[in-house]
Amino acid sequence: MLHGRFHELAPHLVPLDYTNQPDIRLPLALIVSMPELKENPFRNRIVEVFSEDGQGNLSFNDFVDMFSALCETAPRELKTIYAFKIYDFNVDNFLCKEDLEKTLNRLTKGELTPEEVNLVCSKAMEEADLDGDSKLSFSDFENMISKAPDFLR
Amino acid sequence: MDIDGELDSGREDEVRWRDRNRKVKLSPRAGGRNGKQATSEEEEEEEDEAQRKRAHKKKAKVQDSEEEDEEEEDEAQRKRAHKKKAKVQDSEEEDEEEEKSIKRKGPKAAGRNKKAVKQVSEEESEEEERGKKRKGRKLTSKNQKEGQNKEKKSDAKGKSDAKGKGVKDKGNEKDKKKKNAKYSSSSSSGESGDEDSLSEGEIAAQKEEVEEKKKLIATLRNKPWRMKRRLKLLKECQAFVEKFEGALGKGKGRKLYAYKVIMAKVMMGLPYGSIPRKTVPRAQQAKAMDYSVLLDFGVRIFGVMPYLSTLLSLLKVQGYCKYSVLFYGYYNDERTIGLLQFRLPLSYLLVGVGIFGYSLMVVIRTMARNSDEGGDGGDDGQFTFTFKMFTSWDYLIGNPETADNKYASITTSFKESIVDEQENQKDENIHLRRFLRVLANLFILCSLGGSGFLIYFVVKRSQDFAKLDQNTLSWYEKNEVEVVMSLLGLVCPPLFETIAELEEYHPRIALKWQLGRIFALFLGNLYTFLFALFDDVNEKLEQEKYIKNATIWGLKEYYANYSTFHNTTDIPPPEIPPADVIRGPCWETDVGIEFVKLTVSDIQVTYLTILIGDFVRAVIVRFLNYCWCWDLEAGFPSYGEFDISGNVLGLIFNQGMIWMGAFYAPGLVGLNVLRLLSSMYYQCWAVMSCNVPHERVFKASKSNNFYMGLLLLVLFLSLLPVVYTIMTLPPSSDCGPFSGRAQMYDVVMETIEKDLPAFIGNIFTYATNPGLIIPAVLLMVLAIYYLNATSKNYQNANLELKRKMQMARDEEKNRRNNKESTNQVMHDLVGLLPNRSLIPPPAEEAPPPDSMSEKGSKFPKVAKRPGAADNVKGVNLQKDVSLAAPNSRAAVTRPPGPRVPPGNARGPPPGPGRGRGRGAPPPKC
Repeated sequence: MLHGRFHELAPHLVPLDYTNQPDIRLPLALIVSMPELKENPFRNRIVEVFSEDGQGNLSFNDFVDMFSALCETAPRELKTIYAFKIYDFNVDNFLCKEDLEKTLNRLTKGELTPEEVNLVCSKAMEEADLDGDSKLSFSDFENMISKAPDFLR
Repeated sequence: MDIDGELDSGREDEVRWRDRNRKVKLSPRAGGRNGKQATSEEEEEEEDEAQRKRAHKKKAKVQDSEEEDEEEEDEAQRKRAHKKKAKVQDSEEEDEEEEKSIKRKGPKAAGRNKKAVKQVSEEESEEEERGKKRKGRKLTSKNQKEGQNKEKKSDAKGKSDAKGKGVKDKGNEKDKKKKNAKYSSSSSSGESGDEDSLSEGEIAAQKEEVEEKKKLIATLRNKPWRMKRRLKLLKECQAFVEKFEGALGKGKGRKLYAYKVIMAKVMMGLPYGSIPRKTVPRAQQAKAMDYSVLLDFGVRIFGVMPYLSTLLSLLKVQGYCKYSVLFYGYYNDERTIGLLQFRLPLSYLLVGVGIFGYSLMVVIRTMARNSDEGGDGGDDGQFTFTFKMFTSWDYLIGNPETADNKYASITTSFKESIVDEQENQKDENIHLRRFLRVLANLFILCSLGGSGFLIYFVVKRSQDFAKLDQNTLSWYEKNEVEVVMSLLGLVCPPLFETIAELEEYHPRIALKWQLGRIFALFLGNLYTFLFALFDDVNEKLEQEKYIKNATIWGLKEYYANYSTFHNTTDIPPPEIPPADVIRGPCWETDVGIEFVKLTVSDIQVTYLTILIGDFVRAVIVRFLNYCWCWDLEAGFPSYGEFDISGNVLGLIFNQGMIWMGAFYAPGLVGLNVLRLLSSMYYQCWAVMSCNVPHERVFKASKSNNFYMGLLLLVLFLSLLPVVYTIMTLPPSSDCGPFSGRAQMYDVVMETIEKDLPAFIGNIFTYATNPGLIIPAVLLMVLAIYYLNATSKNYQNANLELKRKMQMARDEEKNRRNNKESTNQVMHDLVGLLPNRSLIPPPAEEAPPPDSMSEKGSKFPKVAKRPGAADNVKGVNLQKDVSLAAPNSRAAVTRPPGPRVPPGNARGPPPGPGRGRGRGAPPPKC
């Protein structure tokens, strides 16, 4: 089933029987055009996070991984980890202010003024940052997310 | 020490977790092999095989995947071939979805027939798939390790299938669907055939089955099947349940049946055409038929007349409708109707009062539920922005329109929070603001009083007009009241809004004030209207008395003349056609008419407002914008805003009118249903085509209890006049279900006396004794007092807990945060102590942040403890932790437990508060 989807994305690249050519990677642009991801503001990030090379090229294994992590019934811890990675735009294992700003702008399609964005980001930082280094580590993030009522993903 | 222990266990966890993940990744491959061998080999061997596979996984990867594919296809083919045989086997198992029973039956079947093994394992695989997805990956790998009984075999195979299905197994899936359909259709058809000749045992069995199906329907959502299949199954199950539930006498089917019977009874009992009130009086017949007169009110409503049976005609309130089911006057006072002895007057009264009781119950129940939902700690404000930022996107959205809406709503909610935040930071001249607020309230009171007076004046004037000849009056003079009320409703809210600008409240509070004021305006107007109406009613009552006396006198004359003329005592009643009977004014119908008029004019005003205020404006703004001096869209007229709160308020007010008017005009309910339905679509169109979202982004409240509270108030206020009339005013003597009685509630007394056994009457007499009622009321007051006190206590406890949580959080923050500053304090404090040399070296402060940042990404749970550094420094670090506690409060909020470091335990017992910070550092040896 998933393989079918994978195949659909690039019929000329992906063979139907996946036996002797396991090392095929689909580029980011193709994956992002899937209807599941098409409307997602973080689609590029999602694909990048799940790709092994970090560039958004997905092998079939990555593809399956992505879907199992995004699945409704995946364990919460797994989702938390991937969520953290998704929001971590500059891959430094911390959510810093620029990450937050990017997140916010994607969520609101840039409709907030820069001052508002600034305010929101500093507020959010203040709320969630427990160790006062003005960036959110994974433990901060996890602590915050564990209290969120509607962290469904 | 124990920190280290925890660290280790944390690591272990981590390792295990990873291991598990890896295993799961492998398991399909291993399973694939297993599946092949399971058909021929013993279980132990199979397990060994699985272990070996796990060990060799990396090398075997490529080949395995090949094998897996082949395996899958093989299996599908074989399965197809064996389908028919297997079906026989499977028919004992009612449904493959009944998980438990299958789990039990599965192995048995497997033992019987090898071909059946295939089949069963297929089914097992589905369950497995389900289970796996539900409990995550852990379960399956565990199963693989632990499964030792017979199920093991099918389990392993199942897994292979499950994973296989994830990859490609369309053939299998389809087959199963077909098969599935066959089962259930055959079983259900078989059962429906038997339905006629069911024994009791069968009925019981069927009931059970129905229950099972119901359960299935309820849990279907959780099952990770393809949607198509789910839908199909759901439909089958629902059809099944519906079919058999009705027959078995449970659930909706039964209720519907009872309802039908009742309706039939009611219809039978309702008399048609036998009552003089339903006939249009002669004097008005011409008028009623005259179309131009019918339309002169300018109001068109649809009415289905009993006599014009199927004709749907446009009529006016004053015409036929006045004598139709719409109004009180239509119903007569016959005590019982039809064969079934339907007691119309009694049920009229009981329904009229029962509506209020029911509405009250519904409103209060909804409020209670809302406060339940709103009460949980989701909005305690700890992480407002963070939650909004990280958890507001719904990852299931795949539709561009939905996505746009979501963007908009997220933006709105952010803006709301931002404005909140800004408002929090504001502070200004408080005296000026107070003065302005008082001034604003003064203005508003003035305008409220003015509008009340205006309405009273207009109603009085309309009563004067009513005495004049109807033909000389203009349209405006006839409908002045309604026009004025509608205009007031149109003009005042914007006026209030302008005045409210003076007050500078927080937007949410301002919105509440605004709504409260509009509400007061509406209610005030309605009440003035009612009082004026009651004046009118009293006048009518006088008039009625006069007519009644005249009629009685006339009848007496008639009888006297008749007996003298014919010389007989057997006098036939006077032969007057029903249309010519003299009638009283029937004030109840008049009140009903007033309410219907009000409703209809309200409808007109609403619709016209939308048409002109929104549609025409939008058209003008849109098209004149091309040739205008300034930007119309952004500038002055702009598009109309959709005012949600105002519309909700309108609905509430409308509901209040229904409640008030329904007793006098039962048809008002139906009229309003039509109105609400049409206005829903109309407004929907208007909103979509020519409105923009409201500039004010605030909701009045998070839960809907604010509006529900208003609704409750309206209900109570509309209850008052109705109950007042029922209890005090005498009903008109020749119309309505209570004609001829001194009071409306006499009907109840009459029923108690005549239809119920005597002892019940006695009970009622006792129950209505003041000696009983007063203690009951007292008891209720006490109960309310007690409950109120309890709820206050709970509230306080809640607040306390919240405060504690906040403190705990602050403490944790500070502990990580202000290490330097706290340490500074500590330095000073320690400086006071004699043995300075024992201060922990400052170098040790470096490791915690480092280890934390490094582990923060890997070991989330452990990293919360800054002391998790090194085994050697364990003791010292723990002490460090305890010393770094930010303030004295912190120690109190912490429950004493295993976390009390051993360093402190060795020293002199520290006091609960400051002792901790000042405790002598333990000797460093």
